[in-house]
Amino acid sequence: MTQEIRVTNYPEVLTDRASHYCPGCHHGTAHRLVAEAITDLGLVDKTILVGSIGCSVFIYNYLTLDAIESPHGRAPAVATGVKRARPDKIVFTYQGDGDLASIGMAEIMHCANRGENITTIFVNNTVYGMTGGQMAPTTLVGQKTTTCPGGRCRENEGMPIRMTEIIASLGGVAFAERVAVNNIKNIKKARKAVTKAFEYQTREVGFSFVEVLATCPTNWRMTPLQANKRIETEMIPYFPLGNFKDVLAKEEK
Amino acid sequence: MPSRVEFREDRCKGCLLCTEVCPTGIIQQSSRFNQKGYKVTEITPDMMSECKGCAFCAMMCPDYAINVYTTKSAKGGGK
Amino acid sequence: MSTPKRIFVKGNEAISRGALAAGMKCFFGYPITPQNDIPEFLSQALPDAGGQFVQAESEVAAANMLLGAAGCGIRAMTSSSSPGMSLKQEAISYMAGSELPGVLVNVSRGGPGLGDIGPSQGDYFQSVKGGGHGDYKLLVLAPGTVQEAYDLTIKAFDLAFKYRNPVLVLADAIIGQMKEPVVPWVPENLDPDEGQDWGLQGATNRAPRLLKSLFLDDGALAGQNQKLQAKYQAMQAEVDQELFLTEDAELIVVAFGSIGRIVKSTIRKLRAQDHKVGLVRPITLFPFPSEVLLNLAKEGKRFLTIEHNMGQMVEDVRLSIRTVADSAFHGQLPGNLPTPDDFEEPILKALEG
Repeated sequence: MTQEIRVTNYPEVLTDRASHYCPGCHHGTAHRLVAEAITDLGLVDKTILVGSIGCSVFIYNYLTLDAIESPHGRAPAVATGVKRARPDKIVFTYQGDGDLASIGMAEIMHCANRGENITTIFVNNTVYGMTGGQMAPTTLVGQKTTTCPGGRCRENEGMPIRMTEIIASLGGVAFAERVAVNNIKNIKKARKAVTKAFEYQTREVGFSFVEVLATCPTNWRMTPLQANKRIETEMIPYFPLGNFKDVLAKEEK
Repeated sequence: MPSRVEFREDRCKGCLLCTEVCPTGIIQQSSRFNQKGYKVTEITPDMMSECKGCAFCAMMCPDYAINVYTTKSAKGGGK
Repeated sequence: MSTPKRIFVKGNEAISRGALAAGMKCFFGYPITPQNDIPEFLSQALPDAGGQFVQAESEVAAANMLLGAAGCGIRAMTSSSSPGMSLKQEAISYMAGSELPGVLVNVSRGGPGLGDIGPSQGDYFQSVKGGGHGDYKLLVLAPGTVQEAYDLTIKAFDLAFKYRNPVLVLADAIIGQMKEPVVPWVPENLDPDEGQDWGLQGATNRAPRLLKSLFLDDGALAGQNQKLQAKYQAMQAEVDQELFLTEDAELIVVAFGSIGRIVKSTIRKLRAQDHKVGLVRPITLFPFPSEVLLNLAKEGKRFLTIEHNMGQMVEDVRLSIRTVADSAFHGQLPGNLPTPDDFEEPILKALEG
């Protein structure tokens, strides 16, 4: 006797609706990883989403969670306010590279340094997506954007910022890892990292951070497949994948 | 064990990321456009039997447009 | 701990104690003169009371922490002084647009720019006309004494939750740094369920709640703006002012905050010389006591607005009485500490007409 079973099980907290994201944009994947993590950990009912400004400003349409909109860059501060008001809830921010590493640099550094028990998912696609493809703090040298049309150069624009390494260096941080979702192997690792980040929040050991390298086919002027390839050929060499801080790793050995 | 893949053609954005990860290479772009103007991906009926049910395509799809089913022996009563 | 009958404290401390009495659970602040007593006092007193104190990395961050905490329907506050208030404006606009009950305190100093660390009333426009972008209004309360600073801070929380709107307590360096006796009191019957029918808690067994100010769909932002305006209309019910010797006055001085209180001394002196002067001291700057002023104008009285700035509230006085009268203006220059003597000559001059 045989029985057909469904292999793909999308978490309920992931709203069943078409998204506004471009074809091949990795936001959808990153959203799903968050949904899977909080579902696996049984945290859905007590999770509060702190949104940010960027293409993912509409994340609240895709995750059925209590949510609040933040001004550009300020999500870690808003999340601090939420967590201090509701310390028993799971609070996370979801931010892009402009929001987190440019205008929001002070807020993420200090939220992390204070060791606030919140989780930040940082989606890094080396460009400002929503506003039409301007340079970001993580834009690679030589990469052309609408505000560095000749390609980013060190002399004028400085070097791209590696956020995970910086965050990992702060005392209040419990977990900092960089992942990618450009192939199955990386997606599986990413899912583990995101789950761990939320799990660490439940253990109240400090701030948890996951940087997700992602595509922006539209503003990179590439097809989704080309953009996906760029993660491997250009981004991972500069933004290496891996764990940069895990305060509980030594303990568990 | 036979497996099958359902593509939600109203959700597909024709990004083709699924075609990259399918181990049997049976996913392809169709010639059909959906209402939003995207050329949707498909597995033709004759190729469906090659599907291993790994669901890598669904894992890769940013739009949750893929459902994968597989058949397994129903757990019987002990024999 | 029993409430003492009378304490002798700075305005900054009175504001902090008022906030605690009102059940404030979270405070987010950043050091800036002349309000540092507030975060310093609360850094000890608030955790002692079971609340959360955070010295934020900037006034920007503090205002956004306030946004987050208020979004949970919790009584929360931030304080700063003029340049720091400028930093908070974006968050204030967001709080107004998302309808969040954050309480803000501005212990204003001289400006523009870095200015000085003394008092001024140069933030009237910023407070009342909206230093942030878009069509929004804050309820603005202006204490004139240290007791009033205590009382109005408590009122600020009540009003913030009543209208689901940010409320600003506008003091200045005089009120903040001056010590006066205060009779502390604790409001009774604080509603434990306040803010829980809309605040964020984690969506257990109910549809999720969304607090936002972005409205992109056709007509949505228009609808939101109409809703907010209706609220600001309803806020007119909270208008409050002090009338001092106005009945038989020929000249009405309009002054708020510390200046309103100093002007009273001048008026007492001039009254002893038989000059018929009175004072209208707006306590709510928004809503503004336009009707009270108009009624006095219709009785044929003349007006002199005195402020510690280059002319801000006077515009609202003129607007209020424009159909019947005008107001003269005397500005105490920011940077010069005001005394009752400073206002004698301007009042006499205005009396002459």
